[in-house]
Amino acid sequence: MTAYLLRRIGTSIIVLIGISIFVYLLLHAIYPSPARAVLGLKANNAQIAAWNKQNGFDRPVIVQYLSYMNGLLHGNLGYSYADNQTVASLFAERLARSVYLSFMSLFLAIVIALPLGIFQAVKRNSLGDNIATSAAFVLYSMPVFALGLILIQVFAISFPLLGFEASQSTSIWTVMGDWRDMLLPILTLTLISVALFSRYMRSSSIDVLAQDYIKVARAKGLPERLVLMRHMVRNASLPLVTLIGLSLPFLLAGNLITEYLFNYQGLGLLFYNSLGKEDYPVLLAYTLIGAVFVVVGNLVADIALTVADPRIRLA
Amino acid sequence: MASSPPASLPPLDVTRAPEGGEVGAIQSGWRLALREFMRNRLAVTGVGILLFFIIFCFLGPFLYHANLLQVDLINAKDPPGAGHPLGTDVNGFDVLGQLMKGGQAALEIGFFAAFVAITIGSLVGAVAGLAGGIVDTVLMRITDVFLSVPFLFVVLILAVRYGASVLSLSLVIGGFSWPVPARLVRGEVLTIRERDFVLAARTAGSGNGRLIFRHLLPNALGVMIVNVTFQVADAILAVSYVGFLGFGLHYPNIDWGDMLSDGTGYLTDGYWWLIWPVLTCIVLTVMSLNFIGDALRDSLDVRLRRR
Repeated sequence: MTAYLLRRIGTSIIVLIGISIFVYLLLHAIYPSPARAVLGLKANNAQIAAWNKQNGFDRPVIVQYLSYMNGLLHGNLGYSYADNQTVASLFAERLARSVYLSFMSLFLAIVIALPLGIFQAVKRNSLGDNIATSAAFVLYSMPVFALGLILIQVFAISFPLLGFEASQSTSIWTVMGDWRDMLLPILTLTLISVALFSRYMRSSSIDVLAQDYIKVARAKGLPERLVLMRHMVRNASLPLVTLIGLSLPFLLAGNLITEYLFNYQGLGLLFYNSLGKEDYPVLLAYTLIGAVFVVVGNLVADIALTVADPRIRLA
Repeated sequence: MASSPPASLPPLDVTRAPEGGEVGAIQSGWRLALREFMRNRLAVTGVGILLFFIIFCFLGPFLYHANLLQVDLINAKDPPGAGHPLGTDVNGFDVLGQLMKGGQAALEIGFFAAFVAITIGSLVGAVAGLAGGIVDTVLMRITDVFLSVPFLFVVLILAVRYGASVLSLSLVIGGFSWPVPARLVRGEVLTIRERDFVLAARTAGSGNGRLIFRHLLPNALGVMIVNVTFQVADAILAVSYVGFLGFGLHYPNIDWGDMLSDGTGYLTDGYWWLIWPVLTCIVLTVMSLNFIGDALRDSLDVRLRRR
């Protein structure tokens, strides 16, 4: 098991290095220096060259990459010239809000999808199963904003029960307390993830129900409730761990769209605003951190799976 | 949905003895797959919807001429009515005409991006699977890198920097979605390459190129076809995201996401025809492709067949 974990961690580190080189080079190629943005349109070439020299943008790409990475590892994510602020402080202002939105909806999605998938597998092809499967299919084919717009139309405009804009407070505690404004964005992300997860949960539960150990458990006279609770739930939820790891890029994208749609001042909206301003230091840092998050998330999922499933440990 | 086979399906006649010496026609795997596919009502519905949108978007403009170029502020934001079956938008452009034009872009990008993705993906997968060793390791780590970078972010950055067109969006989306088919094809190739016919082909003197194009990829075609369908759906979704955020195609070109991006500003004003028709188009198109993909997976995957 140790060998497997070490190999898995080693692979992740190699992939992380690959990602950092790839993303850095890509953004460097399309935007080598922020000199023009800082000095303005009237700056002449000599001034730009001087600024580049002063700020180290005339060094070879590999040196710039290494110094950027060095900064990144020390918590220096670069400087946003458009906002005149370090990227790290821009992120720090918004991090808590994005984490709240993403984790709340991920948590809710798991809490809903897990029992739903099991229920669908147990009551296979019943009316309830068919309704849930169809709903999941429609939601799964829907862009995130489509669901968000429908929810806004129904719950904020037709029946004005909830706010159509997310909470605008800068304090995370106020945001958390402002459930009327936060319900729709959280619900949007939750439902999209439920559609994704419950499909897999259903099929993995069906697979587990066909296993011999379920038959044994039933044959020895265990009540159905215990068969499900003790023998099925854990085994059926294992694939979900991997699935959550794999769906992280999708969740990040969903986060971006939802924050834009509900005008929620999180990291996704920061990325969107930086796109408009062509503020590449922010775009670079966020894309890079997003990719690191995905790799680490998948690694954690794999490790969790190894702990939960002895069959992998032995392999 | 797709994993629940229709109950009305009769068993395949493989065990039944032919009556009176009659011998049933031997059906090829593809024909069996087609039969299975056609029995899936959802799949046929999906094909129907997709065909409808293809005809609607590409032939519709020949029958229905609408103003999509001249800004006409007097007739802007008109509700559906005579002359404009689906009303007009902020600039006075006809919404129905825009739906057709926007659908063209969405479908073109969807299919072209999927083509790019499957081409790169199957080549990388086949080479990695066949070569093994260090080549396999390097290619798979590169695949991991592309799989981990949140591709919507990169698509948005490139769209902002270089401007979005049908070609650039297709290339970028395709260029970032090949890792999934690459992994799938590699998995297939790893099992196919151990089969006897591959050994026979090798013995007969086939080089690696011939092996890949004549023996390995054709046998992985099922997986590729299924994946292509989902790739088209995902690419259409991705384009709609780019357009919705306002970084999509530029006037006079338009895609469905662009239309939504213009329309959502008026959500609270009751201009429903700027939002819901185009939303329905996106969801129906993506859903039809998902129906088709699921059904294809059920019919091409022998392990799932008749369960």
